[in-house]
Formats: sequence, structure tokens, C-alpha cells
Amino acid sequence: MMFAAVTAAVIAAMVLTLVRAFAGPSLYDRILAGNSFGTKTVILIGLMGFVTGRPDFLDIALLYALLNFASTIAILRFFSYRRSREEAA
Amino acid sequence: MTGYAPSLSPVFLIDLALLTMLMLVAIAMLRSRHLFAVVMLSGIYSLLSAAFFVSLDAVDVAFTEAAVGAGISTVLMLGGMLLTARREKPKRPGRAPVALAAVIVVGAALFYATIDMPAFGDASAPANADVGQQYVERTASEIPMPNIVTAVLASYRGFDTMGETMVIFTAGVAVMLLLGAGSARGGRDVSDVENKDEEA
Repeated sequence: MMFAAVTAAVIAAMVLTLVRAFAGPSLYDRILAGNSFGTKTVILIGLMGFVTGRPDFLDIALLYALLNFASTIAILRFFSYRRSREEAA
Repeated sequence: MTGYAPSLSPVFLIDLALLTMLMLVAIAMLRSRHLFAVVMLSGIYSLLSAAFFVSLDAVDVAFTEAAVGAGISTVLMLGGMLLTARREKPKRPGRAPVALAAVIVVGAALFYATIDMPAFGDASAPANADVGQQYVERTASEIPMPNIVTAVLASYRGFDTMGETMVIFTAGVAVMLLLGAGSARGGRDVSDVENKDEEA
């Protein structure tokens, strides 16, 4: 029951993050919304394991956390690389 | 197990929430004209569908979806976006009624086709009954791999997987040859705030 309540809360938080991703308005709002949505997906996958009584999904949730981190860094590096090249030119 | 009976179990509610959010994200992607927002939303869409695949027990598919959809293709689409305009041009409403009718007819046909499909998790369904049953029974004794999906992909269908890998490798080489060194020049600063839009 406790896990179900936490899952509901995480889903509500996901909806709120979606609102930020839809509304924007700036680039960084959306990057942050994407990153934070990834974190909530990780939590949701972990919780789903406990709700169904098979917490083996925790490994996958960990991998997702790593992947989410790496992809946010990749997106941000992409812009900073582009900007520093343009400043140098 | 008689089939997938929708009840108000927690898993059903999670699936419902995930699919609702998927639909909302898809509609927002269609309506948005900011290409950067569409790229970020498509990353979120991939994360959501990955979570849905985990809920369906298709963990390997979910991981591929997260790695390719949310990771690599987001970066690739950002790279593509830098080579083009940042906003989508508004389309003139043209043959929308014809397209809508076509979509409705095809959609109705697909829904009609689902009536004949076996129930979710049905043990006597063709996908589960013959070859699938053999894999489940024989993997443990024939192949020293604890994961049946890995055993099927890497051993039973090893040549198939090798062919797929070669196709993907060839596609990657072809894309790199097409883009060449020229892909590194050009592009522009990206921001989706409205009034800084000098390109229109």
C-alpha cells in the first residue's frame, strides 16, 4: 500500500514535469524537465519492481540513471562545444 | 491465467498513467513549432515508452529504447536541428479531411483486427506455443546462459544477430561518409525563446 501511494505521488510529479516541458519557455527549462523526467522514470521503474513484488528491476533502474546522466551531459556539451567554436571563429 | 482482464490493480493503473502521458506528449509534439521542444519531448516520449516496456516485462526492449531513443537519437536530432531552421513553418490547411478520413478508416481496420488476436499472455497463442515453448524448456540444458532472451539472440539466432550488426555497421559507415567533414561547419546558436528569433 505504501509503495502504491509513493507510485501515485511519483506519477503526479511526472505530470508536473511534463507541464514544464510543454510550457518551456527557455531552452534550459526543457533540458531540466527532460533530465528530471528521466530521474522520475528511474524511480518509477524501481517502484514498479516493488509494487509487483519482483524488485529485480533495480539493476535496470540504476543503468537508466547512468544513461540519463550521460545523455544530459551530452546535450549540454553539445551546446557549449558549439558556442565555444563560434566564439573562437 | 485466462487472459489480460483489466482490473484496478496497481500495475493496470501505472500502465494507464504511462499511456495517458505518452498520448499527451505525442499531442504536444504535434502541436509544438519549436523544434528544440520537440526534440526534448521526443526524449521524454522514449523514457515513458521505456518505462511502459519494463511494465510489460520486455526489459531488453526497454533498455534499447532508453539508450537509442532518449540518448543517441536526441543528440542526433539536435545535430540535425543545428543544420536547419529552429522553427517549423506553419502549414496551410490543405487536404486535411481526406487525410483524416484515411486515418479513421485505417485505425478502425486495425482495431477490428485486434479482435482476432490472442489474449495477452495466452499460453496457447502461436507466439508462445511452439518455438517459444521450446526455447523456454531447452535453454537451461542446451546453453549455459541464465537469460533466455540473450540465449535466443546470441546463440539460437546467432547468425541472424551477426547479420543485423553488420547492417547497422554498414549504415553507420554510410552516414559518416555522407556527412563527411562538412558536417562540423555551419550551424547556429540554439535558443527557443520567441523574440530572439532572427531566422524566422
